[in-house]
Amino acid sequence: MLEIKDLHVAYGESEVVKGLNLSLKENEIIAVLGRNGMGKTTLMKSLIGMIPTKSGSVQLKGKELSGMKSHDRVAAGVGFVPQGRMIFSTMTVEENIETGLTTTKESKVPEELYNIFPILRDFRKRRGGNLSGGQQQQLAIARALASNPDVLLLDEPTEGIQPSIIKEMAHTLKEIRDSHGLSIIVSEQVLSFALDVADRIIVIEKGKIIHDQPKDEVDEEQIAKFLSV
Amino acid sequence: MFADYTWAELGSIFAMQGFSGLILFAVLLLMALGLAIIFGQMGVINMAHGEFMILGAYITYLTSNLFADFLPSLFDIYFFIAMIFAFIGTFLLGMLVEWSLIRHLYKRPLDTLLATWGLSLILQQLYRTVFGPREVGVSLPDWMMGSYALTDTIEIPINGIIVMVITFVITVGVFLFLQKSRKGKQARAVVQNRAMAGAVGINTAKVDRFTFALGCGIAGIAGATFTMIGSTGPTSGQLYIVDTFLVVVFGGAASLLGTIASAFSIAQAQSIMEFFLSGSMAKVLTLLAVIVILMLRPQGLFSLKVRK
Repeated sequence: MLEIKDLHVAYGESEVVKGLNLSLKENEIIAVLGRNGMGKTTLMKSLIGMIPTKSGSVQLKGKELSGMKSHDRVAAGVGFVPQGRMIFSTMTVEENIETGLTTTKESKVPEELYNIFPILRDFRKRRGGNLSGGQQQQLAIARALASNPDVLLLDEPTEGIQPSIIKEMAHTLKEIRDSHGLSIIVSEQVLSFALDVADRIIVIEKGKIIHDQPKDEVDEEQIAKFLSV
Repeated sequence: MFADYTWAELGSIFAMQGFSGLILFAVLLLMALGLAIIFGQMGVINMAHGEFMILGAYITYLTSNLFADFLPSLFDIYFFIAMIFAFIGTFLLGMLVEWSLIRHLYKRPLDTLLATWGLSLILQQLYRTVFGPREVGVSLPDWMMGSYALTDTIEIPINGIIVMVITFVITVGVFLFLQKSRKGKQARAVVQNRAMAGAVGINTAKVDRFTFALGCGIAGIAGATFTMIGSTGPTSGQLYIVDTFLVVVFGGAASLLGTIASAFSIAQAQSIMEFFLSGSMAKVLTLLAVIVILMLRPQGLFSLKVRK
């Protein structure tokens, strides 16, 4: 489905992602774990095209993405929920979701999105900036889903969100995966959430994958060691 | 200063100065609307905005000559056609400028100031070469001339009424466009976060070009309207650019309602004080008031309150 081969990403001379290989299967959820500064966000941003790829290839259903602009990647089937949510704060909830419809033929927000996140229906006339962190996170996910992606990228979705909502989010993400048949890559620092949501756990360090295991075989202590500072 | 007039006279003076203030308000607002989009929303300091307006005025001048020479029977309605031409002409120039200049400078706001200032000099010289250094005037069809006598002492110029109607229609149109249309919503998203707008599937380069060109096109319409109340010369735009920036900053960037309120208060203060004091004194007082208010409210009159 999504094939990443020998991906290199650099800011000027300093290379952050150094030859990363990853293959995401259909309907699979992968959690990418790693400490701060190990290249999680850089990997995510390069996959959506916010940071240019230095070398290597990223293919979605056989289509080469590297070199494409962000909006073309969205049209090709990538959805992105950035770290810090980045919703358009002066626009209403409804307008925020509508921006995600750009690459589709739709002009009205599909009811189904509101069914996944009922709170957004109630608040659809409010400005995005006036929602709480958890609500903004739901909005950012809804906005990304509006473009009907095949792959959803989430960058640290649990950051700054209270524990009870984190639990719920893992549940919602799996539900969306099952109903929409999409694949998800989620970068995380919270191990419990990653174990909750993912089928496969990957640890990256210094821009390379150093650990790759299906969830069922994961040794929690070993992974916790990778994450400890 | 009021002692020389009777109450009835004072009333008439206020009404008529108030009305000429309304005309100034309309022109300022039209100018500021384009700049509110380009500067207030996109953050591009466009020093050539006045020259875009003058281009609209020159296009109107050309159209009026064209109609007078070749289509005299339709001269009565030429103005509205000229307005459309002015919009299209400045819109296209705006697209060209965005593509060749501005898009390389979005991350360097101060450099846009220099680049567009240079552009304004180039355009001024171009106008001087093509149209000559002397100011040109546009002849209006008869039905737009004259005034309407409200009472014995209060007279309202007809072209003033037309200017205001046009301004009203354009303002409402721009507001609805930005709030309701698909393109307008995309433009607002790009303005707020260019990288993120791209990551939700919006072609930001295209939207930027369109938004900038739209602001220029509105300046073109302002220029067409401007021909009704003043004559057009290569440097006429310079007289208005400072006032226009003042309106946008005072109103609060990114707020259309603020732009309207601020254009109204600045124009009215200016026009009513001009009658009793000298023109420069009126300007000094207006500027002073604006500075004091901006010191107390740096974000401008209106600003949206949301979490960042």
